[in-house]
Amino acid sequence: MIEKQSKSSIIRMFHVHKNYGAVKALIDITLDVPKNELLFISGPSGAGKTSLLKLLYFGEAASEGQVLIDGMNLSRISHNRIPILRRKFGVIFQDYKLIRTKTVFDNIAIVLEAMGKKRRFVEKKVRSVLRTVGMENSIHSLPPTLSGGEQQRIAVARAIVGDPKIILADEPTGNLDEDSADIILNLLKRFHIRGATVIIATHDKELIRKTGGRVIHLKQGRIQTISNN
Amino acid sequence: MIIYFKRAIKDILDHRFLNAVTIATISIAILIASAFALFFVNANAIVNSWKQGIRIMVYLKPNSSELKVADIKRKIEGMKGVNNVRFISNIEALERLKNQMKRQSSLLDDLQENPLPDAFEVRLTDDFQNQDKVETLAARLESLSQVDEVEYGQVWLGRFTNILNLFRLTGYAMGALFFAATVLIVANTIRLVLYSRREEVEIMRLVGATDGFIRAPFYIEGLIQGALGGIIGLAALFVLFVFISSNVDKSLTSSLFAIRFLSWGAFLGILICSMFVGWMGCFLSLKQFLKQ
Repeated sequence: MIEKQSKSSIIRMFHVHKNYGAVKALIDITLDVPKNELLFISGPSGAGKTSLLKLLYFGEAASEGQVLIDGMNLSRISHNRIPILRRKFGVIFQDYKLIRTKTVFDNIAIVLEAMGKKRRFVEKKVRSVLRTVGMENSIHSLPPTLSGGEQQRIAVARAIVGDPKIILADEPTGNLDEDSADIILNLLKRFHIRGATVIIATHDKELIRKTGGRVIHLKQGRIQTISNN
Repeated sequence: MIIYFKRAIKDILDHRFLNAVTIATISIAILIASAFALFFVNANAIVNSWKQGIRIMVYLKPNSSELKVADIKRKIEGMKGVNNVRFISNIEALERLKNQMKRQSSLLDDLQENPLPDAFEVRLTDDFQNQDKVETLAARLESLSQVDEVEYGQVWLGRFTNILNLFRLTGYAMGALFFAATVLIVANTIRLVLYSRREEVEIMRLVGATDGFIRAPFYIEGLIQGALGGIIGLAALFVLFVFISSNVDKSLTSSLFAIRFLSWGAFLGILICSMFVGWMGCFLSLKQFLKQ
């Protein structure tokens, strides 16, 4: 049983398993992620990268083992505390997960509104993050009218607007051309430099080589290697 | 609160079609339910006007002296529940009978003596116009020494009370049935709205929105839908009422009552019920939906 979190660790996983029926997606994962680390989770499709990220923001519960996030033990988390846990994360999804019927502003503002922030603060902050990702001119656009790279930048803006401690990015450059991928990668590096813990799940070896950082390689649900790039 | 309200208005406008379907559903349900309420209100008015006619006839024994008649009248007037007492002599009674028989009144001309008794016509106070109290009062009147017989339309009054109670029970049952049916229809319609927005709800949860934050605008939407549905349903009922009441044969309505529309109190009550139905539909749908 893990009761105390190491002072420098923001994420700890201890003998974690994740099963989908008879399919074992993750097997015996034990992992420490220190604060302000830039960590890559690599591996081929179906290796368990997305499943691992889902366990962190409690998109799904672990079948066995324990996950600790910034002092919260997810095996004991109550329903009421799940939103509090999720506000520690900024998640960039592979398929962006933007609300198609809401404007760019509303898609980003929803994070701050859910936190109960005042309208004036919300407007100021949303405009500020849109400037950061270079999308301030699309504030009133609907996501379907934007390109894949632009939608991904909006997804990044939504992930960072709440100043999360941890940023999770699931294949953030998977669907993008090289220029758009570089923009996203540079943005993620900037948030890491500013103090966020950034975890990027990718199968793109070139992306890992260009960026640097610790790499956890998954294969068939198990940690195969841990290396420093 | 204002932010939730703004979100609710925006959501209604963004999903016009499904919201219009929900409002239309509520309107139709309110129209049917309030039409029944309108019928009930008017039926009750008719029943009340009939109740005004409840009276007890107290027939006296033959050859009662004037002194005894005056004494009995005083005793009856002193009884609880008696509003008004009128003496009808056997002569007056025979005249009335002749008037009622009209063409056949000549049959009574050959009578050697008046067969009708002297009587008192007893009118009751409003709070005594129900079967149990009438029966109690009739029993007390019958116990008076010079009283031969008391008649108050026992069978008629019994049937009348039963019909009234049946009306009431039917009203409550229909009301409960319509309420349950409307809530279920609204809940299902709102479930359709929710399914069309399940991705949005899922994303809101993933970015850390609480269930309360997700629910609040839906609840406000439910209240707005209920209010709009209620207003439209009642407006449609009013149009129907004006149309029907202006075409109904005036002779069908007696001078004792007039067909009337729902009171402001009932109007407000139905509107609140309608809003509650909208909210309840949202509540049930969301409860199930957010469990998933």
